Amino acid sequence: MNTMMLLEMAMSGFGDRVAFTDPADGGSSITYQELYDAAGAAAHDIRESGASRVAMLDVSNIAVPVALFASGWAGVPYVPINYRLTGEEIDALLARVTPAYLVTDDERLPHFQDRDGVDARSRGTFLGAARSGDGHAEQRSMDPEDVGVLLFTSGTTGIPKAAVLRHKHLVSYIVSSVEFMSAAEDEAALVCVPPYHVAGIASTLSSVYAGRRVVQLANFSADAWIETARHERITTAFVVPTMLSRIVDALEGEKTAGMSHLQSLSYGGGKMPLSVIEKAMALFPDTDFTNAYGLTETSSTITVLGPDEHRAAATSEAEEVRRRLVSVGIPLPGIEIEIRDDEGNALGTDQRGEIYVRGEQVSGEYEDRGSTVDTEGWFPTRDAGFLDAEGYLFLDGRADDVIVRGGENMSPGEIEDVLLAHDAVRDAAVVGVPSEEWGEAVAGAVVVNSDTPANDDLIADLQDWVRSHMRSSRVPESIAFWPELPYNETGKLLRRVVKAKLTAPAQNVRAAMPLLYVADIERSRAFYCDQLGFTLTNRWDADGRLNWCQLEMEGATIMLQSAEPDDLGGLRNGHGDVALFFLCENVDDLHEQFTGRGVDAPPPTVAFYGMRQLSVRDPDGRELCFEHPVSAA
Amino acid sequence: MATLSAGKRMKSAVCATEIMVIAAPDGEVDLCCGGTAMGDGESNGGAVDADHADGTAIGKRYVNEDGSLEVLCVKAGEGSLSVGGSALNVKDAKKLPKTD
Repeated sequence: MNTMMLLEMAMSGFGDRVAFTDPADGGSSITYQELYDAAGAAAHDIRESGASRVAMLDVSNIAVPVALFASGWAGVPYVPINYRLTGEEIDALLARVTPAYLVTDDERLPHFQDRDGVDARSRGTFLGAARSGDGHAEQRSMDPEDVGVLLFTSGTTGIPKAAVLRHKHLVSYIVSSVEFMSAAEDEAALVCVPPYHVAGIASTLSSVYAGRRVVQLANFSADAWIETARHERITTAFVVPTMLSRIVDALEGEKTAGMSHLQSLSYGGGKMPLSVIEKAMALFPDTDFTNAYGLTETSSTITVLGPDEHRAAATSEAEEVRRRLVSVGIPLPGIEIEIRDDEGNALGTDQRGEIYVRGEQVSGEYEDRGSTVDTEGWFPTRDAGFLDAEGYLFLDGRADDVIVRGGENMSPGEIEDVLLAHDAVRDAAVVGVPSEEWGEAVAGAVVVNSDTPANDDLIADLQDWVRSHMRSSRVPESIAFWPELPYNETGKLLRRVVKAKLTAPAQNVRAAMPLLYVADIERSRAFYCDQLGFTLTNRWDADGRLNWCQLEMEGATIMLQSAEPDDLGGLRNGHGDVALFFLCENVDDLHEQFTGRGVDAPPPTVAFYGMRQLSVRDPDGRELCFEHPVSAA
Repeated sequence: MATLSAGKRMKSAVCATEIMVIAAPDGEVDLCCGGTAMGDGESNGGAVDADHADGTAIGKRYVNEDGSLEVLCVKAGEGSLSVGGSALNVKDAKKLPKTD
């Protein structure tokens, strides 16, 4: 079982069809037969090189599918690297996959020549050799356990994790969700997601298996997308929400997009604002819309809201059916979904919890960390959501996004939905910020429509609006107007950034709940828990790292929070280490908590500061810098 | 008779058919094509049995009656697939929307 087998079938089923077209390269194309031949020759070259990984550092072009299938053929994992990263970040990722067979663009090539463990060649050299070589005799790797693809996740913090997708996961996904040779000869897919995104891998494999020509769009812009879609008479395309939003904006003033050839448009990768999808449905009246939800760790799509479900929801009288327009639909065949609470108990209909998924295509494995899948095959997605009575899945932020205000749990997503329904609001994000009174307070950042004055009257109006739709505890205590919200390039809202920006330093100091920002939460946890015997509750972030601990002590609860140098103003001390600060209501009480546990004096480098006394600044003028307590212990 | 596991590829001994196992029950399975047991190797020089000559189609999935065995045809041939004398049937593909 190997992705190469999918190409082999395509080659024998419809070898002379065009497989990929690259408009940026003068419209050069490759047929399935040529792709197969090139993959065989490149597989030979990869094996000769002795590399352990095939690294691709380039935009979409014809060398990308050749390298993907060649690495499958050779049984060497394929590792697409994000070319938008800094040189330093790219070097760090590359160092993790040596000895590497690297394919990159001409401009970058000199940078990697003579690099230890990196055997680099340009896209042109790679493609030239592959298309003139002969690899038909090259032996094929067929072990289903072979690693097909390593994908570095786009985690917003920390070191990127390498998600492991084995051939069995990828082939299962394609065979169970795509009908072989189901595309008509004139069908063409416009692929604008980058090669290092799981949707880029999935679109390559599914298009090859279906026999659908792929038109590659290396650098997305709304104008280029529209122009290419019209010129190439595209029949199907996938976009992330930010892309669709820009396409809709670019078509402003036009009645329709004039793309009757576009049969289907699927979207996913982030939350789609209702206003965008409604405008898009009006601009593309002949197009079927599909919402797909999936993760890197699940080999792409796991649930789908198809065109029929879109229409049924849009035209229904019943509220519980109509709301399915903003759901991500129902699981693919062979996929099971379960919603669980924090303790791992399965939840019922309409109850919000963490989304667990199980199926043949689900990997849930990371390099050097092993599998996060439990003994029964369930993978915790870290996404939060709920299932309705008919099994439609609704996403509701990340499992860690929940706001705890005065002991009441609330999800940012439902407050955002209410804000977005206000006429003046174009985009909205809601987060919890530290609050003296509530532990966490609801804070909002709003992008208003250009014709609306952003002033205090509007804040009051928006607060009234939320109050008229939800319980008053959901009303944002503060609302900031921003020109735009921070999204990553594939359309995911960077909630941490919103939170950091809305948590001004002044508010930090006012926080009633004592906070410890620590450089190494694992070591700190060991210190407080094992050495001092405090009771700790652990919480993990989206990347599976310990993110914060709740430390229970008499008369006080303390939260240990991982210091994120980029968020919260880079809490670095003068020595360049990430430092901690310690806020508390009553210094003496807190002090006693340590001395009462047999610590004669607090660790020498920990300082206890009452929050109102706190005015220490680091060399950059930032507040708060102390040594890490454990490093001194 | 052979023990089958997902991912295993097998060839017909009497025609061009090749399959890949998608799901298989535990234990030995008597998977035949054209009336002759499938294997890893080459043609045995025999002919397709007239009772098992409906052919296989590339890209189609075939299942036994209880659905415990599912194979994907990766190369078409003249023989048809059977287990213990009972023909495998083409699994109806549920039409799914294009997602990527």
